[in-house]
Amino acid sequence: MSIEIKNLTHIYGQGQPFEKIALENINFHIDKGEFIGIIGHTGSGKSTLIQMFNGLLKPTKGNILVDGIDINLDVENKKEARRKIGIVFQYPEYQLFEMTIYKDVAYGPTNLGLNEEEINSRVTSALTHMGMDESLWEKSPFELSGGQKRRVAIAGVIAMQPDILVLDEPTAGLDPKGREELFKQLKNMHKLLNMTIILVSHSMEDMARHTARLLVLSKGKLIYDDTPREVFKHITELEEIGLAPPQIKYIVKELRQRGFDISEDILTVEEAAYQIKRYLKGGK
Amino acid sequence: MIRDITIGQYYPIDSILHRLDPRTKIIAVFAYITSLFLINALYGYACVILALGIIIQLSKVPIQFILKGLKSIVFILIFTVSINILFSTGETVLWKFWIFNITVEGIILAFEMALRLILLIVGSSLLTLTTSPIQLTDGIEILLNPLAKIGVPAHEIAMMMSIALRFIPILLEETDKIMKAQTARGADFETGSIIQRAKAMVPIMVPLFVSAFRRADELAMAMEARCYRGGAGRTRMNSLKYQTRDKIAFVVIILFIAFCIWI
Amino acid sequence: MIITAKNLVYEYINEEESGIIDKVRALDEFSIEVNEGEFLIVLGHNGSGKSTFAKHLNGILRATDGTLFVDGFDMKDEDIIWQVRSNVGMVFQNPDNQIVATIVEEDVAFGPENLGIPSQEIRERVNNALKLVEMEDYKRHSPNQLSGGQKQRIAIAGIIAMQPKCIVFDESTAMLDPMGRRQVMHTMNKLNKEHGITIIHITHHMEEAIMADRIVVIEQGKMILEGSPKNVFKNVEQLKNIGLDVPDATYLAYLLNKEGIKINTGVINTEEVIKELCQLK
Repeated sequence: MSIEIKNLTHIYGQGQPFEKIALENINFHIDKGEFIGIIGHTGSGKSTLIQMFNGLLKPTKGNILVDGIDINLDVENKKEARRKIGIVFQYPEYQLFEMTIYKDVAYGPTNLGLNEEEINSRVTSALTHMGMDESLWEKSPFELSGGQKRRVAIAGVIAMQPDILVLDEPTAGLDPKGREELFKQLKNMHKLLNMTIILVSHSMEDMARHTARLLVLSKGKLIYDDTPREVFKHITELEEIGLAPPQIKYIVKELRQRGFDISEDILTVEEAAYQIKRYLKGGK
Repeated sequence: MIRDITIGQYYPIDSILHRLDPRTKIIAVFAYITSLFLINALYGYACVILALGIIIQLSKVPIQFILKGLKSIVFILIFTVSINILFSTGETVLWKFWIFNITVEGIILAFEMALRLILLIVGSSLLTLTTSPIQLTDGIEILLNPLAKIGVPAHEIAMMMSIALRFIPILLEETDKIMKAQTARGADFETGSIIQRAKAMVPIMVPLFVSAFRRADELAMAMEARCYRGGAGRTRMNSLKYQTRDKIAFVVIILFIAFCIWI
Repeated sequence: MIITAKNLVYEYINEEESGIIDKVRALDEFSIEVNEGEFLIVLGHNGSGKSTFAKHLNGILRATDGTLFVDGFDMKDEDIIWQVRSNVGMVFQNPDNQIVATIVEEDVAFGPENLGIPSQEIRERVNNALKLVEMEDYKRHSPNQLSGGQKQRIAIAGIIAMQPKCIVFDESTAMLDPMGRRQVMHTMNKLNKEHGITIIHITHHMEEAIMADRIVVIEQGKMILEGSPKNVFKNVEQLKNIGLDVPDATYLAYLLNKEGIKINTGVINTEEVIKELCQLK
């Protein structure tokens, strides 16, 4: 299961006066089992890009190959891609509609035409992965707290058992605790099911802590494709494209300028503390 | 597809028509609609078309853009014309079969109906093309004000209209988002019988309603926090004032109506 | 003192389908005083009661028990509510759901129009308010064409045009991206520092709390910490325990202390922590 993006360009309203280039000649490859982040400021093209992953939008130019098959070649390919790639859109709790949590999560598998037993096992597994206690399953989704609603909605996509899960700003509006919990569950699932996870966000802290590879989009162009360690070295450039690098990166940069022998690619406060300690103790 | 409908759209340029007081334009449209039902002679239509042509010229809105608005009524147009042609009564029968009856009078009537409908749509769309939604609601509110004394909620009607105008695009966008989200969960809105398709709409309608109610709730709260207490005691930033051009316009309207009655 | 709350209690009844009725205490004997001209940040995670408190400040919610004085008025008195609302403005979370009109300047005029201000003066107030939030170029635009941060600034302008003494931001940055958040924080700071308007900002983003005069941390409807940003963020463990973050600078100082490197933990920004560390070199 891999995604290959080739020379992808998307133009909104082509030929009309308000024509807008949303994506310009994007190329990358995502392998099975990756935990990858896509980051960019609002309007950088990241939302357009994920809508193309399962054919909700058609590229103006270029191809999207899922397992080597062009998803826009015919309807069957697109259907197959939609089955393989699950997308959790921003504020997914706004798509909840059923009377009970269980039924809502069962909506996707039911659409796939599965039998009762398979649906049951998928719903159970999805809700468990998202940490929803069984006592809640027969409740209305509208009675839940914001964070719980979000997890039910994500479970609704996981129950489709996609090979690749794309999440658009899954932590928007959540507080630090809710954010950490959600990431813990996603990482667990990634490990247990060997699911490919594509995280789309503008939170650089989340990206630094959780992803292994980072794609940076700006004005429709792919400007970096590297590990967060490498990407985050470019703090000035990232700031210029409207992103907010974590404070620790600034601290590390300043310390290095003042002669502290610590590495430039530090990502977390814990790492920084460790290296600073080593430097200070070693110096004496 | 919804974006193609030009009826009700504002065309933001500057012209004498754009600068007219919205009340003048609303009254003019009413006068114009009345005139369409007053006239029946062929040269009467010719006069109306001529007048309309002059007004379109004055509005500076491209004629193609106005005609695009007719696209959305093509179906109604074809329907009225066929009904009138097929089921009319008249003396000069051309063709008769089962319940169908085609007559010369019928064809003339159908043609006349279609012409009236087109003139009606084009004429009234000029109002919305040259008047911003906010001016339009202001105009309606002031024109309805005298009726407030007999219990017509003039201010409330205008406020509802302007809120609707503000939130329609937002709700359309939201519908689009929900559809995409449900499509990603395997929903199918394009195939199946009518009943199946209606059922497929539930996962869109429920979230849409939930969200619309939430928005309404929040908006009401925000409006009250900004001291909104209904129309009483409110002032306006832009109060409407009739200008000389409006007075001239009124004279033209009266002459036009008189002319229509006369022919 | 623009706000004085004493033992404020807010309870609501949560009725479940199964018939279980349970009473939820969103505010539990909450007391606070806010000075005129202060920049106060109320921190707390979702469901801590911080937003419930905010909604009491202009009478959207009414306390079950306790007293609340806003701008000298007792909020128990229902007749003064409009007077309070004209002096204490409120900016909400969702930028879309608080803009009424289809044109930016018409929306900004909405508040003063409700107050019955003469047309000429409304025009002046609207122009000034838009200039203050740096959105004067968008006067005639439709709000639908604006970004989240821009919409939120329009909402702020709508409040400024009512010339309030105090503005309450009820999680107004929660739905914004980093750029939008920066814009709104910049506007808040300007209103406070240059125009002397009291700011009460409800949030769970600690990076926004750094610029406050005072931080109050709410947990389960109770105030658990209060003080300057430096003094509040010092309590790293307590904050982390209730699910809140602290600035990287503070956390770094805390971790180094734990490792036996003695530096001042009352640091919240890059410069401060750098200064501390350079002294050790």
